[in-house]
Amino acid sequence: MESCNCIEPQLPPDELLSKYQYISDFFIALAYFSIPLELIYFVKKSAVFPYRWVLVQFGAFIVLCGATHLINLWTFTIHSRNVAIVMTTAKILTAVVSCATALMLVHIIPDLLSVKTRELFLKNKAAELDREMGLIRTQEETGRHVRMLTHEIRSTLDRHTILKTTLVELGRTLSLEECALWMPTRTGLELQLAYTLRQQNPVGYTVPIHLPVINQVFSSNRAVKISPNSPVARLRPLAGKYPGEVVAVRVPLLHLSNFQINDWPELSTKRYALMVLMLPSDSARQWHTYELELVEVVADQVAVALSHAAILEESMRARDLLMEQNVALDLARREAETAIRARNDFLAVMNHEMRTPMHAIIALSSLLQETELTPEQRLMVETILKSSNLLATLINDVLDLSRLEDGSLQLDLGSFNLAAVFREVINLIRPIASVKKLLVTLHLAPDLPEYAIGDENRLMQTLLNVVGNAVKFSKEGSISITAFVAKAESLRDPRAPDFFPVPSDNHFYLRVQVKDTGSGINPQDYPKLFTKFAQSQSLATKNSGGSGLGLAICKRFVHLMDGHIWLESEGLGKGCTAIFMVKLGIAECCTESKLPAATKAGMNHARTDFPGLKVIVMDDNGVSRMVTKGLLVHLGCDVTGVSSGDECLRLISQDHHVLFIDVCMHDGYEVARRVHEKLTKRHERPLTVALTANSDKATKDQCRRVGMNGVVLKPVSIDKMRSVLSDLLEHRILL
Amino acid sequence: MDVIQMQRTWVEYTKSLYREGFLDSQFAQLQLLQDESNPDFVVEVVSLFFEDSERLLNELTKVIDQQQGVDFKKVDAHVHQLKGSSSSIGAQRVKNACVAFRSFCDEQNIEGSLRCLHQVKQEYFLVKNKLENLFSLERKIVAAGGSVPTEELNFL
Repeated sequence: MESCNCIEPQLPPDELLSKYQYISDFFIALAYFSIPLELIYFVKKSAVFPYRWVLVQFGAFIVLCGATHLINLWTFTIHSRNVAIVMTTAKILTAVVSCATALMLVHIIPDLLSVKTRELFLKNKAAELDREMGLIRTQEETGRHVRMLTHEIRSTLDRHTILKTTLVELGRTLSLEECALWMPTRTGLELQLAYTLRQQNPVGYTVPIHLPVINQVFSSNRAVKISPNSPVARLRPLAGKYPGEVVAVRVPLLHLSNFQINDWPELSTKRYALMVLMLPSDSARQWHTYELELVEVVADQVAVALSHAAILEESMRARDLLMEQNVALDLARREAETAIRARNDFLAVMNHEMRTPMHAIIALSSLLQETELTPEQRLMVETILKSSNLLATLINDVLDLSRLEDGSLQLDLGSFNLAAVFREVINLIRPIASVKKLLVTLHLAPDLPEYAIGDENRLMQTLLNVVGNAVKFSKEGSISITAFVAKAESLRDPRAPDFFPVPSDNHFYLRVQVKDTGSGINPQDYPKLFTKFAQSQSLATKNSGGSGLGLAICKRFVHLMDGHIWLESEGLGKGCTAIFMVKLGIAECCTESKLPAATKAGMNHARTDFPGLKVIVMDDNGVSRMVTKGLLVHLGCDVTGVSSGDECLRLISQDHHVLFIDVCMHDGYEVARRVHEKLTKRHERPLTVALTANSDKATKDQCRRVGMNGVVLKPVSIDKMRSVLSDLLEHRILL
Repeated sequence: MDVIQMQRTWVEYTKSLYREGFLDSQFAQLQLLQDESNPDFVVEVVSLFFEDSERLLNELTKVIDQQQGVDFKKVDAHVHQLKGSSSSIGAQRVKNACVAFRSFCDEQNIEGSLRCLHQVKQEYFLVKNKLENLFSLERKIVAAGGSVPTEELNFL
């Protein structure tokens, strides 16, 4: 409807309605204007709010709406065209903005919704993380407790302390009411209460080991909840109405022997102890998983700590024992050394000092015998001779035996005439035998070699001893001596099961049987026969001038010669046969002849012994050197004497055949060594012989070590020198 | 005195030397080494022994008389030499005295060593005297046209 400007619009009759509309519009405009203000305030305050642009838009929309309503106020009355235009503009703008806003809202509403869901999600996540944090913290706590417990347990190696500490710490960590440890008894059939936390002195209470609850705990390596009424848990009177939960865990008791390489402890049978833990009664506490884990871990640690403690105890004990034994052994060794030293000193003195006077006595007595004496005097001299011979024999026997026992006795091997040995023995024994009217016969087998290699003196000594015994213990009858080469079958003797003779090409076994018709041997005495110093009663009453050493020495000599000696007798009064077998070498060439003792007759022929043998004698003692040189010249050698090692090394050459060195010189051994170095080929090298005043084993060893071919005792007699040179040239060795 | 008498005296004297322990079998060996091609062997060796021993004894006296401590090593070395020489010619008593001397040297006992030195000297001069007598007897026998009867020494 068109309205004209000149006509005043008439106030419609419902003026009241218009008035209310007017007021409402006003308030709406007000509200509309104030909301943007609030929005501005909000935008200012919330820097994080992501949709500022939307807010601005919204603000604009609201402002415009407000503006529209405000302008509306003017349209109630007659208004100019301008107002209408403004109104229209405002309305258009508002329409635009509001549509834009509506469109925008459509876009942002899903976003806003997702923000909400995200917020919810984050809240849940936060709660979850909180929970997990709680868990980790408890685990950390547990770990700390375990470490602390372990530290406490491991800080001592004393079994008692370990166990006590375990209980105390566990009690503290888990706030237990009671904690107890049951150990298996020695018999393994019962568990005995060993340690408790609260009670100071456990009563020694035992429980049989085969209870079902115990088996249940032992069969698993986890902590097992058990009933508070089981015998292992009923340790103290109930403090409250409801006993707390009880857990039991096994503690393996490990032994050293349990640790096999391929067989871990689980598989071997072993003993367990039982640890029982009780929560406080009348509390709502329950065993949590982490607490159970803690208990299991502790139980394992305790097992390890206990085994360590046990091992340590063991090793300390062993070490103490070893130390004691060491000390004792050391003492024994020192005592033995002292004894040996004392013995050696004694022997050294005996060796020299006692023999000399003995020989003087014997020599002079024999001299005396050859002068003119009255019969009584002759008798006296004979007695003196006999006694001193006896004494000399005794001394020699004792010295020999000591050296034999020492193992320091070595055979002097040499070539000798076998038959001569027997003849000599017969000659020696004949006078005594004839006095007792005993017939002595010798039978040598025809296949016996003429010459043999062995220790002639010792063989003779043995033979003499055996034959001497035969003569000594026979009052009448005959003594028959037979000697033959032992054949393979007869080599083994039932009485000597340990004797395994092995014949070979270079050796043969000489078997000698000495049969007498004397008093025989009592079978009871048989074991003592070869014992030192032991003589049977019946024999001791007679004038048995021996020390009882004879057979013992013979036995040792025979053993040294790889042989065996034994006696056979059918009983007392039925005679006795002594049999021995020794191993001798077969002499390769029989040109070796035993030279007669007295060579004075052959003095003038001596020059042809070793013609042209070139010898060097090294000795720094002028007199000694001259004597040795004279000796060798006498034997036909071409001798050069030198007094120093340098001179010797300068002169020595392959033309020289033998070199005698006085090894008491300070560079004696050195020279021997240098000679060997200088002339290395065996056939070119001269033979080296040591001249020394002492013949002990150490010297011989040293000579052997530097490669010397022989050792000779100073002073040397002509015969000795002659035999030395012959042996040397024939066998190239004397040692 | 005729030769046979002198020879008998020589034999008796020699035997007495052995008997009394002045000489031992080693001296006999030396006598055996003497023959036509080496007629003065024994005298030569013994003269050398005398020279050597006197030198050693003088050295020993000097060393032992030292005021500022005795060098036992040297003493021992000299005694060793003397022992060697005396045993080479068979001067038994001298050798024995040397043995005793060595044991005192090992103990470093000055008193004992001094005593032993005197002992050794005494023995040495004794045996020197005896041997010189023996040799002069031998010279007399040879001068009288006889020969020294060494074959009669057959008890050793």
